[in-house]
Amino acid sequence: MYRILKKARLNPTVTLMEIEAPLVAKKAEPGQFIILRVSDEGERIPLTIADYDRAKGTVTIIYQIVGATTQELDRLEDGDCLEDFAGPLGKPTEIEGLSKVAVVGGGVGCAIAYPVAKKLHECGCEVHSIIGFRSAELVILEDEFERASTRLVRMSDDGTWGDKGLVTDALKRLIDGGERYDRVITIGPLIMMKFVCKLTKEYGIPTVASMNPIMIDGTGMCGCCRLTVGGETKFACVDGPEFDGHLIDFDSAIKRAAMYSEFERAARERTCRLMNAGVK
Amino acid sequence: MANMSIKKNEMPVQAPEVRNGNFFEVALGYTPEQAMDEATRCLHCKHMPCVAGCPVEIRIPDFIARVAEGDFEGAYDIIAESSSLPAVCGRVCPQETQCEAKCVRGIKGEPVGIGRLERFVADYHNRNSGIDTRMPPRNGHKVAVIGSGPSGLTCAGDLARRGYDVTVYEALHLAGGVLVYGIPEFRLPKAIVRREIDGLKALGVAIETNVIIGKTISVDELMSEYGYEAVFIGSGAGLPRFMNIPGENLNGVYSANEFLTRANLMKAYMADSETPIQRGRNVVVVGGGNVAMDAARCAKRLGADVTIVYRRAMEELPARREEVEHAMEEGVVFRLLTNPVKIDGNPEGWVSSITCVRMELGEPDESGRRSPKVIPDSEFDIEADCVIIAIGTSPNPLIKSTTEGLKTQRWGGIVVDEATGATSREGVYAGGDAVTGAATVILAMGAGKNAAAAIDDYIRGKSKQGG
Repeated sequence: MYRILKKARLNPTVTLMEIEAPLVAKKAEPGQFIILRVSDEGERIPLTIADYDRAKGTVTIIYQIVGATTQELDRLEDGDCLEDFAGPLGKPTEIEGLSKVAVVGGGVGCAIAYPVAKKLHECGCEVHSIIGFRSAELVILEDEFERASTRLVRMSDDGTWGDKGLVTDALKRLIDGGERYDRVITIGPLIMMKFVCKLTKEYGIPTVASMNPIMIDGTGMCGCCRLTVGGETKFACVDGPEFDGHLIDFDSAIKRAAMYSEFERAARERTCRLMNAGVK
Repeated sequence: MANMSIKKNEMPVQAPEVRNGNFFEVALGYTPEQAMDEATRCLHCKHMPCVAGCPVEIRIPDFIARVAEGDFEGAYDIIAESSSLPAVCGRVCPQETQCEAKCVRGIKGEPVGIGRLERFVADYHNRNSGIDTRMPPRNGHKVAVIGSGPSGLTCAGDLARRGYDVTVYEALHLAGGVLVYGIPEFRLPKAIVRREIDGLKALGVAIETNVIIGKTISVDELMSEYGYEAVFIGSGAGLPRFMNIPGENLNGVYSANEFLTRANLMKAYMADSETPIQRGRNVVVVGGGNVAMDAARCAKRLGADVTIVYRRAMEELPARREEVEHAMEEGVVFRLLTNPVKIDGNPEGWVSSITCVRMELGEPDESGRRSPKVIPDSEFDIEADCVIIAIGTSPNPLIKSTTEGLKTQRWGGIVVDEATGATSREGVYAGGDAVTGAATVILAMGAGKNAAAAIDDYIRGKSKQGG
């Protein structure tokens, strides 16, 4: 069993949890993920590692409530335990040899972008973080990014926080303004990453996108998380989760991500009704 | 005088039209009377050809003699000397190509139903006796086993009986490997697997789930930091192969591993499961092995019309005859000499049909099977909203890629000494599908057993030197 040492709500639908998992904490690196089950009989879901503390033996995860499992997870509090917590899985972000990087995060994807920015920053790299949210009340990890970035650009869709506009607009402005990046690392909604990659391709800047497809085992066993990258089938769990953004077939990834959206919606409604019944 | 009936006692089964709508076990098992009657068909040949056909060398005529006497517990003790998982093997072993293939009774008529008797004995024991909680005396030596499938469990059980402190590391949340994620409930009820694993725990075997060796802990760390004197790798062949044809990444296309894992391990067939599975109307399964049969029969039970597409003919189907017959009885349609060339989708990215070509058989290839050739201009479509690819699996590269000096074949199998399972690394042994590629439960168990004996020799030899 894996104990929750801390739970903090970052915005109305996004929550942070610090989990006691010493074996995972010992090996965790930015860019990797874990697989958890909230309870026996529950679903296995992958979540990217948002932070880790090797000395304390803890791993931090940040999740957005999207389906029945994240809802169930969100009902747990400090001191409660998760049934299963396995990892670290996937390959860590490659940061060697980089001296100037733009980290582009969107929405809850910023939770994954943050440890990458932090690690780069710690290694002495110049980090320009561009983070975007739909609006001010959805902002997460602002202070953390402030500390982990040489330069922080804030964007929101509705202009209630930072500049109004998309992260791609901000990235384009920086590049056009003369910034020269060794690499762009982008993590967020598929559609956002697709357009970040499209933009950087025009400028010829090597770009890495972190993919978060549907998974079961996370060890290469089921092939559920497969993507088309450069015309080849790759498994996000073992070959990724980060891939050359200029080679990813985002359109196919977007369709695959929607595979169980009906089921998720139904599950959400079912649990909601159950919860409501419980309240009455 | 032996019972000279040329037929085996029939195995009672659920009627096909009933069982294809549920996940309960298909075969129901012998009654004590049927078992005793079947046992009297054994001629007790002096040279015991059946034993030579068993990868773990169960003393078959001896246990059958006990069954004939009605001493079912005595029979169990004999099987348990050689097999860690009798209730499992009695169900999933391909006896028709092993012990029963060697049975003298098979020359004129049907062989003795050895598999059915083994299953009866194990079930009788499990129903009537508690788990033996006597732990063998400990010898103070530690061994790690990677993977809790058939080879790992067998190796762990044999070592624990010899007094070793054994820890089994499992990547998933549940122990059992392919026995729990792959083989469906209706062929191997999970309660039986659980019971066999509880038996191993009672022997002192520790099972650590959620540990991915190669990620969470490396093989080298097991031997240095954790102090294991030897490691057995039984990590299986879990990596699914795809066909590399257009449309394979459409929604509704599954590897058999994914489909079966969702259905079995995650129990997606139950109405209240949190794990989604697509309940297709028209499911096409590509492949002809046991895994293809399992996937097809699961899909059938989830309510679909199911077609198996296989590029060779009936005689070449690699699946066990019994599985093929069961699938046919349950209404699975076989389209043989048929090979998919592409999967077609609708604009939303979902499978709509699969395009196939007809094949004909040419000369036998290196595997001895006649190789299929495409008949020109024979393309046709089969309507499908779900396609399951069951054309085989390869060993998982996680351990290979994180263990320096561990020699592997080009296709990923770990190179071992066949007799002992010793790898190119001292103190590291391997067996099962991780070595052979996808094979059978019992072959994996045989490898686990041999490796346990070799590990015992190795550690004793080392202690002697050290002392």
